[in-house]
Amino acid sequence: MKNFNYVIKDEVGIHARPAGILVKEAKKYQSKIVIVKNGKKAEATKLMALMGLGVKCGDEVMVEVSGEDEDTASREIKAFFENNL
Amino acid sequence: MVRFFGKSVYKGIAMGRVVLLDKTGCQVKRGKVEDTDAEASRVRAAIGQAKEQLGSLYDKAVKEVGEASAAIFEVHQMMLEDEDYLESIDNIIRTENVNAEYAVAITGDNFAEMFAGMDDDYMRARAADVKDISNRLVNNLYGHEEIDFRAMEPSIIVADDLTPSETVQMDKEKILAFVTVHGSTNSHTAILARMMNIPALVGVPMELGSIHNGMTAVVDGFSAEVIFDPTEEVRGKAQERIKEEKEKSLLLQDMKGRETVTQSGREVKLYANIGSVSDVGYVLENDAAGIGLFRSEFLYLGRTDFPTEEEQFQAYRQVVQTMAGKKVIIRTLDIGADKQADYFKLGKEENPALGYRAIRICLKQPDIFKTQLRALLRASVYGNLSIMYPMIISADEVRDIYGIVQEVQQELEEQKIPYTVPEQGIMIETPAAVMVSDELAELVDFFSIGTNDLTQYTLAIDRQNERLDDFYNPHHKAVLKMIQMVVDNAHKYGKWAGICGELGADIDLTEEFVRMGVDELSVSPSMVLKIRKRIREIVF
Repeated sequence: MKNFNYVIKDEVGIHARPAGILVKEAKKYQSKIVIVKNGKKAEATKLMALMGLGVKCGDEVMVEVSGEDEDTASREIKAFFENNL
Repeated sequence: MVRFFGKSVYKGIAMGRVVLLDKTGCQVKRGKVEDTDAEASRVRAAIGQAKEQLGSLYDKAVKEVGEASAAIFEVHQMMLEDEDYLESIDNIIRTENVNAEYAVAITGDNFAEMFAGMDDDYMRARAADVKDISNRLVNNLYGHEEIDFRAMEPSIIVADDLTPSETVQMDKEKILAFVTVHGSTNSHTAILARMMNIPALVGVPMELGSIHNGMTAVVDGFSAEVIFDPTEEVRGKAQERIKEEKEKSLLLQDMKGRETVTQSGREVKLYANIGSVSDVGYVLENDAAGIGLFRSEFLYLGRTDFPTEEEQFQAYRQVVQTMAGKKVIIRTLDIGADKQADYFKLGKEENPALGYRAIRICLKQPDIFKTQLRALLRASVYGNLSIMYPMIISADEVRDIYGIVQEVQQELEEQKIPYTVPEQGIMIETPAAVMVSDELAELVDFFSIGTNDLTQYTLAIDRQNERLDDFYNPHHKAVLKMIQMVVDNAHKYGKWAGICGELGADIDLTEEFVRMGVDELSVSPSMVLKIRKRIREIVF
């Protein structure tokens, strides 16, 4: 399993639209991608659960990636966060 | 052919196709099913259909309102792909052996509850989105047609009742008449119908189940009846009468361009009431001398978040510019009571008409008020704008308002944004304001009497309660005496007083108002020429 921490910079946080884009991105990989905020977890492929975390600007999240393609997935997802969130 | 009688709101006649807004069909019933696989595949079909609907809504919205506003439909599409949401529906069907509609409705409620419980305003608002997609699925499952107001041909709207936020969304060019089971002659549907000059019947005891989309109907506002599936003979007669009515209204056109003066030369300012920017067309078409009441609520209703200062500024500026120097009196936010917007989170009240509404919200939540005031002061640069404050009960409130206006002025000054401070007046719509109108007259530039609320508060009659329509006497002496008192107090301080409620358009009272010394009448655009004709006949 790979993981990294990230502090959200997007001013509205992981709200509906960015969450939707993240879901699309996460579905590209075989690995299971989990977003953790304050101990609450949500799979990155599940839009409503993701929105349910209520991640706001300035919040720190941990992203856990586990599966066959975890190396690439983790790298790409991290880049995705940096570019979009 | 079936015929029903109701209460008529506007005397006119129309014939056309029925569009049924049947909200009772949204109540989902729980039913046992044997074949759960079949239910699950019905859900899949409904989702496919919903995605197509959302796709075309998205495309249309991109063209009409731009990508940012259209994004919501894209989000709805994504929500329909959410694994947890889909799994929950499937689970409920299979474990409880229930119908697809019920499983979708329960799932929708559960997810909406989750969002509603979050501590973030934005996320709380997403509860409405979950409900929206769930309703869409339920409608698809039941085979209900979705009504696209933009695409529909001119139609007669038949409904149980209509809320202001529903009527806000309708394209007014496409409505021939309203027919509702509920609603009183003072409801918002009624006000809208008068504005648009179209027949409307309320309180019609019809069984909505026997009425379907696409039926032909004749709505006769003179005899207060609606006829569904009319015979050839009835159709022919209706056709003829529609023609006659058209000719009559053409005759009134002769009143255009004429002054609103009595036989003895007393002039009355004859203005129009409107509720949205697009209504300005009706004002000009009917040759009103100005806008006496511009209800700013349209900017707040039928949306999910507060309108920005810029949005408001553009709307106000457009109106004052289109009116080109003619008076435009804009009433500040009058939300609460029967006009609700979810994002205000006003909560339930025991007595909404006596509750947290209008100026009370503005004084308690000055941020909302200031945004509107900034937009108004900025738009005032572009024409003849006046601001009017609703629901005033005391001089202290007016002083508080002036304090806030001063703060706004100072902010604009510091930010070097162009503005002017326009005339400021108040609505007189509470008995309290009437009783202290001498004190108020000293403070403000003008009075406009809102007779609908003033009558409701004076007679203690709820205007939305149709059972009280028989008790509601708009010509009650108490109300007329109050009007006289207000006019006299205004004149004592050299201020003017007008009437902007429905009473102002009551032809039977026009002469009495002129004799009382009322300086201004503001009426539905469709009534302007009729009132002008009446005033020109008065010998006073």
